[in-house]
Amino acid sequence: MTQAQTKLVRIVTAGSVDDGKSTLIGRILHDSQALMSDQVDALSNARFSRAEEGDLDLSFVTDGLESEREQGITIDVAYRYFATPQTSFIVIDAPGHEQYTRNMVTGASNADVAIVLVDASRLHQGALKVQTRRHATIAHLLGLKVVFAVNKMDLVNWSQKVFLEVEESLRRLSRSLGITNPAIVPINARSGDNVVSKSHAASWYEGASLLDILQSQGEGTDLSELPFRFSIQRVVRVDGHTRDAQRGYAGRIASGQVAVGEEVFVGPNRRPTKISRIETYDQSLERAEAGQSVTLYTEDEVDAARGDLLTRGEATYAKRVTADLCWLDDQVWDPRRRYLLQQGTANITAKIESVLHIRDMRDLSEVRGDQALKLNDIALVQLQTQTPILADLFQDNPKTGAFILIDPDTNQTAAAGMIRGAT
Amino acid sequence: MTFFSRLLHLDRLESEAIYILREAAAQSRNPALLFSGGKDSAVLLHLALKAFRPERLPFPLLHVDTGHNFEGVTQFRDETAARLGERLVVAHVEESIQRGSVRLASPTASRNAAQAVTLLEAIETHGFDLLLGGARRDEDKARAKERVFSHRDAFGAWNPKSQRPELWDLYNGRLQTGENFRVFPLSNWTELDIWTYIEREKIALPSLYFAHVRPVVRDGDYWRPVTPVTPAAEGQLVENRLVRFRTVGDMTCTCPIESNAADVSAIIAETRLSTLSERGATRMDDKVNEAAMERRKREGYF
Repeated sequence: MTQAQTKLVRIVTAGSVDDGKSTLIGRILHDSQALMSDQVDALSNARFSRAEEGDLDLSFVTDGLESEREQGITIDVAYRYFATPQTSFIVIDAPGHEQYTRNMVTGASNADVAIVLVDASRLHQGALKVQTRRHATIAHLLGLKVVFAVNKMDLVNWSQKVFLEVEESLRRLSRSLGITNPAIVPINARSGDNVVSKSHAASWYEGASLLDILQSQGEGTDLSELPFRFSIQRVVRVDGHTRDAQRGYAGRIASGQVAVGEEVFVGPNRRPTKISRIETYDQSLERAEAGQSVTLYTEDEVDAARGDLLTRGEATYAKRVTADLCWLDDQVWDPRRRYLLQQGTANITAKIESVLHIRDMRDLSEVRGDQALKLNDIALVQLQTQTPILADLFQDNPKTGAFILIDPDTNQTAAAGMIRGAT
Repeated sequence: MTFFSRLLHLDRLESEAIYILREAAAQSRNPALLFSGGKDSAVLLHLALKAFRPERLPFPLLHVDTGHNFEGVTQFRDETAARLGERLVVAHVEESIQRGSVRLASPTASRNAAQAVTLLEAIETHGFDLLLGGARRDEDKARAKERVFSHRDAFGAWNPKSQRPELWDLYNGRLQTGENFRVFPLSNWTELDIWTYIEREKIALPSLYFAHVRPVVRDGDYWRPVTPVTPAAEGQLVENRLVRFRTVGDMTCTCPIESNAADVSAIIAETRLSTLSERGATRMDDKVNEAAMERRKREGYF
């Protein structure tokens, strides 16, 4: 990889247990020459390998824990890195078991594209498994592009009829989730057919290989084109130089751009001030944009602290928001309890006022009524916060529209949240 | 709809690391930065300067010293801390041996695994609740599984089967008393990223990263360095070879590779073409068994 601009694509695998996610990742890395020879040697000597003599168990590329290899499953997310001349990839292998859904959510929240795998040989009359639906739902809610890979096509003799059945089920699922025109690729992860390069095994398949589809993903939205959002991480006090006897605000620009002399607004009261300097360790900048870690100095003393936001452009603050939640804690939601809502660098006390609906993963229907939120539930809720929070919608700005709920007694991260509306 | 930033590859990694360093400092009471003088910790320290200057670093540097250091590395460590005017805390494995908390099979046995004990003792003595480390996910298959904010229980143990969820870049650094975090700002960096960043930022390193002549003996796939604690066995052929180190660790388990790369750009060229992983080529401690790193981490290793 050169230091020059390379497109970054972050991929997460999804789908039910044993549908071949880890094997697919291993295959992509192997066929992209992203594995080192000692790593390949280690695979051929690995304990618990399920490969035939002389073959490699490619799932072990990412299933690196002892208990994962012993049980032949993925427990937690593994991150691997490789690059083609055009694109640098982070591939994130996520577990399929329902029990480990929170780890899959962790992986998905750090990805741009989800490959949802389906085992072609284990569908009965086109019925998809619950975990397939759950993972596709999570990936879509988290704003990922979804690509379907119909795996183990060799076990159905590359039958176009079987593929069309699965494809029809996946299109129905996509329609019910609002995924438009997803790519659906027949593959065999174990042998590599249609993974990195196109296979001759299915002459009827006219699409591209999976990796080509991943590489040709549209770039999406440039974060620097969105309104300016900056969450203060740290207040910097510079003493000693009279010129610098003022406070600066260190943080990473979540979205948008800012320039010296521009007006910004502090917090929900929207107190205006102007940017006087933009500093990094060794530079003074005239302008900075999304993704950059900088220290901003303002013309006035604005009394801002860690957790406060600087914004430009339209910004709605609200004490009541609706949000999608993925419940990640073993402890069920307790309606009487308060949680800490972490958004950017802010921690705000919050309460779930009501559960508007929970999704039934069997048919993706929305179940209404007051119910307990329990591990792995996906729900739309109404939240109330002690002080107003920035109510950017997740679909408009995932950097500010995302939050987590923390249980203040156990410190566990109880839920992942995505703001969908303000009231 | 997906979103992207326009930053270049190294700028993106740098900014992410600075963001993580600042989160780690803001969310802990008493953090420390693990600094051994090795290349990854030198990069981490450089990023810490970028995150916190013109202020002083909000944490001391901490080195767990096995006492089995290659020449020049501890001097580099001490000089770097002194040049920056930052506090350096050194925890010695030797002192754990004196105390009896570390028992070695023989006086020259590897002290690599013992580092975990000394590290946990340093955490207790100084009351550290968060340690910043230069570990990267691309180093090892157990590291590939680890969170950026890695939670450790009151015994310092990593439990890979029940890690905290880690959503987006919203790091939850909350702890119960006695627990601690290990935080890895370089999680998403590869060996090549480290070297291209060292070149771009002109980061100083100990000289043994660059090609030099050294007495070595052949040991399986490795060139094992001949040192006071790892002398050649009787009858073993000692050769003077042109070598460099890809990783710098305890003398008993770190081997150099043959190389004539005398500067950073030559190392980058070699790294691009290498067919062996960094640890696979150099670390004997990972060859003990398949899960060597995982087991060490469960015991409190970083």
